Amino acid sequence: MSAAEADVVTRFVEIEGRSLWSDARRRLLRNRATVISLIVLTVIALMALFAPDLSRYAYDDQDYNVVSCAPDWWPDRHAGCYAGGSHWFGTDSVGRDLFVRVLYGARVSLSVGLIATIVSLLIGVIYGATAGYLGGRIDAMMMRFVDVLYSIPYIFLVIILMTIFDRNFFLLFVAIGAVEWLTMARIVRGQTLSIKHKEFIEAARASGVSTFDIIRRHVIPNVFGPVVVYVTLTVPSAILAESFLSFLGLGIQEPLTSWGVLIADGKDQMATAPWLLIFPAAFMSITLLSFNFIGDGLRDALDPKDR
Amino acid sequence: MISYAARRFLGALPTLFIIVTLAFFMMRLAPGGPFDTQRRLPPEIERNVEAAYNLDKPLYQQYALYLGRLAHLDFGPSFKNKDFTVTQLIAEGLPVSARLAAAAIALAIAFGVSLGVTAALNQNRWSDHSTMTLAMMGITIPTFVTAPILTLIFGVYGVRIFGADITLPVAGWEGGAIKNMILPVIVLALPQIAIIARLVRGSTIEVLHSNYVRTARAKGLPSHSIILRHVLRAALMPLVSYLGPAIAGLLTGSLIVEQIFGIPGIGRYFVQGAINRDYTLVMGVLIYYAAFIILLNLLADILYAVLDPRVRLR
Repeated sequence: MSAAEADVVTRFVEIEGRSLWSDARRRLLRNRATVISLIVLTVIALMALFAPDLSRYAYDDQDYNVVSCAPDWWPDRHAGCYAGGSHWFGTDSVGRDLFVRVLYGARVSLSVGLIATIVSLLIGVIYGATAGYLGGRIDAMMMRFVDVLYSIPYIFLVIILMTIFDRNFFLLFVAIGAVEWLTMARIVRGQTLSIKHKEFIEAARASGVSTFDIIRRHVIPNVFGPVVVYVTLTVPSAILAESFLSFLGLGIQEPLTSWGVLIADGKDQMATAPWLLIFPAAFMSITLLSFNFIGDGLRDALDPKDR
Repeated sequence: MISYAARRFLGALPTLFIIVTLAFFMMRLAPGGPFDTQRRLPPEIERNVEAAYNLDKPLYQQYALYLGRLAHLDFGPSFKNKDFTVTQLIAEGLPVSARLAAAAIALAIAFGVSLGVTAALNQNRWSDHSTMTLAMMGITIPTFVTAPILTLIFGVYGVRIFGADITLPVAGWEGGAIKNMILPVIVLALPQIAIIARLVRGSTIEVLHSNYVRTARAKGLPSHSIILRHVLRAALMPLVSYLGPAIAGLLTGSLIVEQIFGIPGIGRYFVQGAINRDYTLVMGVLIYYAAFIILLNLLADILYAVLDPRVRLR
């Protein structure tokens, strides 16, 4: 063996095995859109968390001297009045600070996204895994029920639930989660079914790996990938559902607020006070886009077919 | 083929039945009766009113009566719009909503397909990346943001192109005048354009890599005829199965669009019904829409089988 060959061999030996997760993380961090989205989301989440400390104003402080006033830096010099002070985003129709209200809207929207997603994750994973694991008749019946619910546009269902429960704040979260679980259940069931009989599972079983290790090392990572991807897509769709309802006047009630409420208010005054529409709409769109870019990035990072 | 269609149609009936049952019992779960008013009625009158609407009968009888009436497409009287039945309200709003939806889906297919195919042919070049980023924005930015912003630009500020003022009306229907339809249709179509563009791009790329396309290239066919005659036919198949979800998306969008632009369609009745707690109206619209979507999915499956000989119907 020549020196060069020996070098190749030692170098080959020195290459460390990469786990599925470090591989995925490396690919994820190489995706520029995903990294930027992660940073943007973190900033928005921190701002929402520390909203009370970031502004001199409380979300329901009213100042009738500055009603629907533009922020001082507003480029259009013909706005009716300028709010001055620390009203960075201007003020709304009852003289409340828009900046702090947008952040409080972020609190509601992000927590709806989180809670609804957890609810949908719980129902979806348990339902889907049960159907996939049991198989046969029970599986067919359970998935038939999912199909039935699928044929109703889900927002109609949420609206009906809200009508019946009389716009209860907490039930709103649960109602949204309770209709978002359908796709999750399908994904988990499909994955469970397809994993159960794969060759690499059989190979692992044949070479004497214990059932627990098979589940931990082979089944869970394979079910986990699509579920994580779908979770990042469920959060924005829950945020969207809440804002949709609030926009129609069926969601969050004053003086509490959400992005949907703010956008609805802004829409009514957009001719005279466009900042009331532009800021909440921008915050919401950026948040939704970020979640979707992260979802896309995760899918690319976790999809083993792409390697 | 016909037996397959018949079987699928029969298979859809239990689905519809479950939806109707769910709707009926959810309606009964709802707190407060339809005739609860601020003023309490004398008990005799209340009894008479309840008897007139069969509310005094046991629940299973009411359920049977409701099913019986549904079989005749009778959704019952609207609780809040006095003197109107739910069927009348739906019949009034349907032509309006249908016109909007038809225009939107036509626009979405035309733009979505051309954008998707163009992106696929330029895969991984900047035109592809920018189209797909725009598509992502189209999918994520909700209707209730695009509607006010487009209204602000084209309706309130007004836009001048070559000196011509093209300020559009921001609300109203006026019997379906074209200029009243432009903004609502664009707002409705935008997310669908984006979704269709992504869908078509994906399937076109897949088809472009297939063997028969390579064969067509190898025998020297001009590229436009390869794309138009060989690629498109296969690449547009997923679009057929997307038809059902697309209509469902349009119906959801119409809730917002009809509310914002003040268009007297079914969506607005639904939202108003939900706010006023007009249960019969809300349930009626829900059942109607669900039946419509089930039917469309059925049609899409059959159409798919007709177009793609590889699909066997059993």
